[in-house]
Amino acid sequence: MGKTLVEKIFDAHRVEQPYPDTHVLKLDRVFCHEITTPIAITDLMARGKDRVFDPSKIKAVIDHVTPAKDSKTAEQGKILRDWARRHEIKDFFDIGRNGVCHAIFPEKGFVRPGYTIIMGDSHTCTHGAFGAFAAGVGTTDLEVGILKGVCAFKSPKSIKFNLKGKLQPGVYAKDLILFIIKELTVNGATNMAIEYTGPVVDRMSMESRMTLCNMAVEAGGTVGICYPDMTTVEYLWNYIKDDFSSKEEALKDYSKWISDKDAIYEKVYEYDISKLEPMVTFGYKPDQVKSVKEMSGIKLDQIYIGSCTNGRIEDLRIAAAILKGKMISDNVRAIVSPATPAIYTMALKEGLIEIFQSAGFCVTNPTCGACLGMSNGVLASGEACASTTNRNFNGRMGKGGVVHLMSPATAAASAINGTIVNSQLYKG
Amino acid sequence: MKNFNGKVLFLDRSDINTDEIIPAKYLTEITKEALKPYLLEDLSLKGFDNKEDIKDKVVLVTRENFGCGSSREHAPWALEVNGINVVIAESFARIFRQNMFNCGMMAIELPKEQIDNLFNNYSGSITNIEVDIDKAKIYVTSSEKSEVIDFDLGGFDKVLVQEGGWVNYADNRY
Repeated sequence: MGKTLVEKIFDAHRVEQPYPDTHVLKLDRVFCHEITTPIAITDLMARGKDRVFDPSKIKAVIDHVTPAKDSKTAEQGKILRDWARRHEIKDFFDIGRNGVCHAIFPEKGFVRPGYTIIMGDSHTCTHGAFGAFAAGVGTTDLEVGILKGVCAFKSPKSIKFNLKGKLQPGVYAKDLILFIIKELTVNGATNMAIEYTGPVVDRMSMESRMTLCNMAVEAGGTVGICYPDMTTVEYLWNYIKDDFSSKEEALKDYSKWISDKDAIYEKVYEYDISKLEPMVTFGYKPDQVKSVKEMSGIKLDQIYIGSCTNGRIEDLRIAAAILKGKMISDNVRAIVSPATPAIYTMALKEGLIEIFQSAGFCVTNPTCGACLGMSNGVLASGEACASTTNRNFNGRMGKGGVVHLMSPATAAASAINGTIVNSQLYKG
Repeated sequence: MKNFNGKVLFLDRSDINTDEIIPAKYLTEITKEALKPYLLEDLSLKGFDNKEDIKDKVVLVTRENFGCGSSREHAPWALEVNGINVVIAESFARIFRQNMFNCGMMAIELPKEQIDNLFNNYSGSITNIEVDIDKAKIYVTSSEKSEVIDFDLGGFDKVLVQEGGWVNYADNRY
């Protein structure tokens, strides 16, 4: 009987199986940010166990509220910063060098095929784009991860999406994942890994694959996962070139992290996505999805482009191409948050920042900020936001506000129009 | 072990997410106790009053996919500091469910018919639930009715509740 990619990763990392449905895995990476880590740190201190299992495997960033907005967020940053210094965690990214965790950690080459990764953040599933098992966890799992380098998971089950055809112009990975969540519903993939395969995924950049994997959790999935291929190797090459004699050699090695042909799935979905249209959410659940056509004309107050879902350079390029030489509607305000300093610098060099500013966008520093209504763009009651983020929960971006999730292209076009609109209207 | 015996809070809705259980703006708190006043502040459920309805409750009974969304353990902590140590639902989001057991609390799944039965027969009256982890039984009583329901608890879940959570368990073992 064949094995899925996730089963292979579990086999390679299993410390023990204390119960039939419980697998304790050795961790390759423990990622930390300033919202969910401080309570783990203070609890370890209170227990007299202020230790870390391996400082080289722990990576930390201040990203949710940065710069600190008040004394409480300053204190959270301080706890994380002091802890990183105390334990000589070399890869700690403080303000000036910080970015959204699920953008900066892959960018720094910390994610590799076959790795096991946890973080106290539900969108940790993003890193599955590299063929890793990466799962969001709570603070207690994080605490044990920091102390012992292990985490327990149930037996892995997988579902597979075989995506055929070709995405039409103006249709992106974000539209595809919104469509998939609509099909699965918000708990359709609970306790399961979602494998994305097929020619559509093969052609995707790492950025697009990360968008696809990022929202696996919105369908309840433990991780979204893609098979490593030459695109993965190219993305990582700067960080792995000393480990392999050639890219082909790296690809050959990584190819062990692909599911067997006779692997067992809970369900296999086959879609030809050639006719997929741009998608957008309505309501307060990420599976409440309609085509942009059906939602066209909905009035907006704010546009937000950024986050671990769609704040990468590819997203900024797509949005800027639509905004070039145009102004946002007088009826809206617009914010763009490049997800990392490297993305910001690239956007600056490529002239994208100038396009955003000329169009009337506020360009913020890299941060999670507005996505979860903690800072940098909170909505007032009754306001609507066109957002490239991942959650449209009631009150998510501010009490009484409504969030419409969409692609950067649709968000940019909607900023110009002041209402939800298909980006093809503003095609170059 | 924590207290698993007391009054029931019924929340008749599916997909209650962790942003509703504890909004992100309170994640700047660095003690669990500070979360106490904000439990379920953003819950969208007609007639629910988060100041009055939570008082003195120990068990929460709800529908499908409870605790979806953010991984924030602040959600079980906000329940815990309000004395609610058990959630009984049709199903849970993975991270929330694990967080509950990791804290030595319980997230018990029951089939839809049994959840329907609890809502139909008890949600209108003051109801008490006692969970016996060794016998794997739930004792439900109101002034008019009472019944005993069997439930399943995995070996790992049970040991986490008995040992007071995952940190204690892992620290002794790894």
